[in-house]
Amino acid sequence: MSDIAIKAVGLRKVYVTGFLRKKFVGLSKLDVEVKRGETFGYIGPNGSGKTTTIKLLMGLNFPTAGHAEIFGHPIGSMAARAKVGYLPERPYFYDYLTALEFLHFYGQLLGMDKAARVKRIDELLPMVHMERARDIQLRKFSKGMLQRVGLAQALMGEPELVVLDEPSSGLDPMGRRLIRDVILELKRKGTTIMLSSHILADVEEVCDRVAIIAKGEIQQITKTSELVGHGLHGVEAAFENLSSELALGLGFGEPTAHAHGRVTFLVENHERVNALVRAALEAGGALIRVTPQRQSLESLFVDEMTAVDRKDREKPT
Amino acid sequence: MKIWAIALNTFREAVRDKILYTLLFFALLMIGASVLVAELAVGEYDKILRDLGLSAINLFGMLIAVFVGIGLVYKEIERKTIYTIASKPIPRWQFVSGKYIGLAGTLALEVLIMAIGFALMLAFTGASGAMESMPAIWLTWIELLVVIAVAIVFSCFSTPALSALFTLGFILIGRLTAPLKEFADAGNSEVLKDFAAVVYKILPDLQTFNLRAEAAYGRAYDWEYVGYATGYGLLWAGVLLALAAVIFQFRDFK
Ligand SMILES: Nc1ncnc2c1ncn2[C@@H]1O[C@H](COP(=O)(O)OP(=O)(O)OP(=O)(O)O)[C@@H](O)[C@H]1O
Ligand SMILES: [Mg+2]
Repeated sequence: MSDIAIKAVGLRKVYVTGFLRKKFVGLSKLDVEVKRGETFGYIGPNGSGKTTTIKLLMGLNFPTAGHAEIFGHPIGSMAARAKVGYLPERPYFYDYLTALEFLHFYGQLLGMDKAARVKRIDELLPMVHMERARDIQLRKFSKGMLQRVGLAQALMGEPELVVLDEPSSGLDPMGRRLIRDVILELKRKGTTIMLSSHILADVEEVCDRVAIIAKGEIQQITKTSELVGHGLHGVEAAFENLSSELALGLGFGEPTAHAHGRVTFLVENHERVNALVRAALEAGGALIRVTPQRQSLESLFVDEMTAVDRKDREKPT
Repeated sequence: MKIWAIALNTFREAVRDKILYTLLFFALLMIGASVLVAELAVGEYDKILRDLGLSAINLFGMLIAVFVGIGLVYKEIERKTIYTIASKPIPRWQFVSGKYIGLAGTLALEVLIMAIGFALMLAFTGASGAMESMPAIWLTWIELLVVIAVAIVFSCFSTPALSALFTLGFILIGRLTAPLKEFADAGNSEVLKDFAAVVYKILPDLQTFNLRAEAAYGRAYDWEYVGYATGYGLLWAGVLLALAAVIFQFRDFK
């Protein structure tokens, strides 16, 4: 039994399109390993190659170069496909099926017998809050409802690896929360998850490691625990009832912002913020809020993209 | 069985499609309308009735085969429904075969309904020959099996509009190979003769499935021939389906 859920070596995809055989590099060179039980985030700007990677891993496209394995089985093989549950981005399904028929159909493709399918469907429909839609045709579903049965479809065979390509796109806040809860539940059970998403807050919350991909290449892989633990950039504190003169007189330098009768300071650490708050209160100010400034995934992402852009500009063309 | 799941689902898709009923409605209307035409014609009332009815069944069978068959595989790719299916542990050839079997089943049902309409029409007008027409109807279905196999081959790699065009071209050529060969053999151009012989060899001869004139004239039918034509059709369908499976096996779903 392989403890590596996903392993890609030099995986590359060049799309050749149209009559003129124009070439587009969808994925330039991917080397990555995802361990069993890991929740792996996959983020990057539009057109960076996330969906391309996932489609290669699912055996829907054939790589131009390189190879990859899922739990030790070559991608595209029956054995690899048997272990995966996949929710495509913007999924389309047979819309003439009811939710119940739909899930039975996918269960059949997984080779599940009737009893197993019925049992699994009875677990899944409540899990995605779709019990009431079981006998309604998918053509009458809203986007979010489709996403939910799509998620149920991906989980039908209790897969060891779940691959979600932008599962929250087009969902309302409740739907997003639902997806996040489902992922956390899967994670608790030890399922390996690969999550591609543009909602970085969610990725940061649920993922163990996050890869940032741009221009068809992984730029950086970060542990989310390190993002939270070591990335403290300072603490921000905001006050009311402090005039400019008073604020300056506190001895904590220039405020970073001064608007609507509020002043905001940024200091290095918690000790400094304690001193700042004490001094400000004594001067007659009122504390509004104290916010630790962390290097969140979002700022890391933005930094990375700026770096990529700079590298691009410096490159002689 | 995964093939059956696909087949059943394809059948379900077809019977939940309104286009099918529209075409079926017009088919039955046409079969019924043969009565009016036969009334107007002079003599050979039964023959004209059978001739028109059988032609209507064939024509509408073809229409349904082309319009439903073409979309069959193409739509899966275009609408990306294939993503969740091809990523499941089912070999791609089974997917293609399942689609084919589902469509063949749908056409069997269609042809059966039209055959019943045809028999009722003959019964109401007191015309004879319903039973004698059944082999001709059977072979229409076999012909359709070849046509949908072609449609699937084309829809594995081209757009619906092109596939429809190609398939119609195939039907046309398939029906003309036999007359073309006769014509060439009768003439004295060696080039034309060779050409016709090659076309005749590499493309199925759809006239093989045409027993409509025999049925219209109420001639006794030859079981041996029906058996031969059935085998011929199934063989061609099998070859074409294998070709479709091979194309499908190696394509990217973009
Ligand atoms: N079928 C295709 N034919 C040609 N080029 C393609 C095709 N699919 C993707 N590409 C190209 O490959 C690159 C990567 O696309 P991909 O869909 O993998 O991006 P993505 O990271 O999933 O983006 P998004 O966040 O918008 O979903 C893009 O430049 C795109 O133009
Ligand atoms: Mg994408």
